[in-house]
Amino acid sequence: MRYLFPLVIFAGLATLFVFGLQNDPRYVPSPLINKAAPEFILPTLHKPDQNININDLKGKVSIINVWASWCAACRIEHPLLNNYTRKHQLNLYGLNYKDKRSDALQWLENLGNPYIESAYDEIGTVGIDYGVYGVPETFILDKKGTIRYKHIGPIDDKQFNRIIMPLITKLEQEQHP
Amino acid sequence: MKILPAILLFIYSLLSNFAYANDEPVIFENKNLEERYYFLIEEIRCLVCQNQSLADSNAPLAQDLRNEIFKMIQANKSNIEIMEFLVERYGDFILYRPPLKKNTWLLWFGPFLFLVIGFFVAVFVIKKQSRESQENK
Amino acid sequence: MIVELGNISLIAALAMAIMQCVFPILGAAKGNQTWMSLARPTARLQFLFVLIAFMILVYSFLVNDFSIAYVANNSNTLLPWFYRFSAVWGAHEGSLLLWVLILNIWTIAVTFFSRHLPEHFLSRVIGVMGLVSIGFLLFMLFTSNPFERLFPVPVDGADLNPLLQDIGLIIHPPILYMGYVGFSVAFSFAIAALLAGNLDITWARWSRPWTLLAWIFLTLGIALGSWWAYYELGWGGWWFWDPVENASFMPWLIGTALIHSLAATDKRGIFKNWTILLAICAFALSLLGTFLVRSGVLTSVHAFATDPTRGIFILALLVIFIGSSLVLYAMRAPSTKTTGSFEILSRETFLLFNSILLLVAMLTVLLGTIYPLIIEALNLGKLSVGAPYFNAVFIPVMTPLVIFLGFGVLSKWKQNNFIKFLRKMRALLISSVLIGVCIGAVFYAENQLKSIAGIVAALWISFTSLYSLFIKIKDKKDKIIAFKVIPYSFYGMLIAHIGFAVSITGITITSQHSVDIHQRMKVNDKIEFADYKFHLKDLEILSGPNYQATEAVVDVIKKDQLITTLRSQKRIYTVRNMPMTEAGIDAGFTRDIYISLGEPLDDGAWSIRLYHKPFVRWIWLGAILMAIGGLLAIIDRRYRLHKLVKKASSNNNEAVLTTK
Repeated sequence: MRYLFPLVIFAGLATLFVFGLQNDPRYVPSPLINKAAPEFILPTLHKPDQNININDLKGKVSIINVWASWCAACRIEHPLLNNYTRKHQLNLYGLNYKDKRSDALQWLENLGNPYIESAYDEIGTVGIDYGVYGVPETFILDKKGTIRYKHIGPIDDKQFNRIIMPLITKLEQEQHP
Repeated sequence: MKILPAILLFIYSLLSNFAYANDEPVIFENKNLEERYYFLIEEIRCLVCQNQSLADSNAPLAQDLRNEIFKMIQANKSNIEIMEFLVERYGDFILYRPPLKKNTWLLWFGPFLFLVIGFFVAVFVIKKQSRESQENK
Repeated sequence: MIVELGNISLIAALAMAIMQCVFPILGAAKGNQTWMSLARPTARLQFLFVLIAFMILVYSFLVNDFSIAYVANNSNTLLPWFYRFSAVWGAHEGSLLLWVLILNIWTIAVTFFSRHLPEHFLSRVIGVMGLVSIGFLLFMLFTSNPFERLFPVPVDGADLNPLLQDIGLIIHPPILYMGYVGFSVAFSFAIAALLAGNLDITWARWSRPWTLLAWIFLTLGIALGSWWAYYELGWGGWWFWDPVENASFMPWLIGTALIHSLAATDKRGIFKNWTILLAICAFALSLLGTFLVRSGVLTSVHAFATDPTRGIFILALLVIFIGSSLVLYAMRAPSTKTTGSFEILSRETFLLFNSILLLVAMLTVLLGTIYPLIIEALNLGKLSVGAPYFNAVFIPVMTPLVIFLGFGVLSKWKQNNFIKFLRKMRALLISSVLIGVCIGAVFYAENQLKSIAGIVAALWISFTSLYSLFIKIKDKKDKIIAFKVIPYSFYGMLIAHIGFAVSITGITITSQHSVDIHQRMKVNDKIEFADYKFHLKDLEILSGPNYQATEAVVDVIKKDQLITTLRSQKRIYTVRNMPMTEAGIDAGFTRDIYISLGEPLDDGAWSIRLYHKPFVRWIWLGAILMAIGGLLAIIDRRYRLHKLVKKASSNNNEAVLTTK
């Protein structure tokens, strides 16, 4: 019987690897889920003398999309964001991450601006607070300003329709005393 | 379609590698602080890269995090506080030395367990074959 | 046109592999002579077809045929021809073709050097190797065909990753694969023995030279990889416990256990089942390594562009090969009879501990490598297990092995006089510790405990090994003859163990006492570091065939004497727009001086890193010694087998293979 031991161990390993194949090893789940969105006050992208305060977003369900003009994947995601904001009522804000202001503005001009406004995180300190590591990233905040979902990488239609839009709908129905 | 994000992230990392990284040498006032810095940047993973530490990586995020660590050391934060800061934002994944928690007991005690089991197996086998040869005599 | 030929060759190779597998194995089972005799010719034909396919791919790279997707993705017209050649195995599909080619090289080697093997045994061995080849050829043809076309044909290629544009790529993968794939021979011998249904000891004897050869290649392959990373990556690291590195280290650990266990089975008829299991395990770990690199389950700096479909295929191969081997093992192992017994303090005991401790070491590395997967699968979060973990855990695990090594080398087969033995050991142990402590305390002011531990370990291994030589000649009158009479395999063991000690020394001292600084320098600046003066003489702009570079020229001065001039470059490879550092290294027996140009800072200065790495070369020197030791052991066996076969034919008797 003990001769079956190696086979059993091997079977366990193989099962583990089957599981492993279904996961993306580079996906890092965010520890910020269900925590208050980290506070920040940043200048806006379009008007440097005006500020965006994360607290301003409270009271509504909002989406923060981290993007940059140097980011190739953002370029792929962007037209989809334009679509979504056309079709739905979304409070979409941008976090322009480690970019050159002029490049960012030009980029939005060329590709369209789906954002209510973008915050300009020139050095990336706010990005660090949000655990940004791979642009684009998207955060969904509820009315209380708690992060309820983080998506890493460009969003596609399937994820938007299956996960993001339903979540937003659900969050909008939440009442907070 | 997991391949596309992977490829795109890869392209991203290539692009970000091109910009000349800001490689200003960090200067510490005393050797202790310097040692702590070099210790910490080996312990933290660069999340943008395919398995490199902050010490080894050229990525902009790695630079930013090295800067943060530098600033925190200067601000008299302890190693534990610095690591907590990073784990709060990026999760346990960012530490190369997995913290000893319930979900890492097997990891940290495993090798020792293997050793002990190994010894017992060896002793068992030696005794058994010795017994068997006695019986055969 | 010629590309289609490549495809056809692969299919033809597959056809040969199928015949190579089916006929000999069935032939051996049924005693059909004709079928068994097909083994050699089909194997040789398969090799020919795979070689043709490989040569066609090489040719395509050399002539820049960008209609082939693989060539377009990994080459460029600006790429120098020797890198175009090695780019053949620079990425997934081509390296797979190399894998299959090397498998076939081992197979035809077996067909040539197997006159002494009984036909039915050889048939099974060749058959099993054919089966492995079938698996990998199918994998290539279905998911990773190197000959896939690209339309429209691009004008130029995407260039080889600059990190790979180096002599390291030319030699490291082929040699490493010779090792990895070489364990398929030991595996095939083990399966053939299981299939035959009786595990007498001869399969162990036949298997030894092949296993040793694979082990030698793996040792050198790993050392080459480490050395390559050291000078290529630009920051002086030589081992990172990256999953793919671990994937090559695990088969090495088990391979080491295997060569020692084979010796015990060959000489004393013991541990038969265990040795078979080790052979299966070694090859399983080779396959696992292939899986880890190409499936994308783990993040690694070495990972090829990953694809879960490929991962599934390799996993299926793994399950089929190893699963069925282990089932066969479970069926046949219970009926094995052991023919030897041993006392507690005998060489057999220490060899048993050797096997178990190396297994523990391998399990430790495996645990750390796959633990992130386990945690994720159980939904317990996501964590990293990196170098700090492995460094903390691996050394305590290896320590018992080092201790037992010393005892094992001086123990006798079957039994030992307890008191005499321990007395000898005590003297050697005390001298190792004393001398180790002295050296450690005198030469090193910091990290003393760890340095001393490593030095004592190295001394312990060396003293016990040398003493075992001393014992053999001390009572002989004619020392010269005494030396000559000692078989090569003994010298092999001696040199290999000392090589291990040399590596331990290098690893210990360089880990504990390497120093480096990171400074900004302008032309004509001078820095003092590690008892040397570094003078930045010049920053030159230059260009290579496919890159632009800035080169720092640095004079290294000690005690007012110019030791050497080091050059380090920061290159931008134009096609991929990728920066790379070429380090400047002054290699020495007792230390390396290593400079690495960083980035341009404002005001014309550049950041630069300077390293002093004591005894780092000993790490790889030790590996070379281990390889030489293995080689001596092989020469011995073959020489003696040769002599015995000659004796048999001259005496017209059945070859009596005596144990030695």
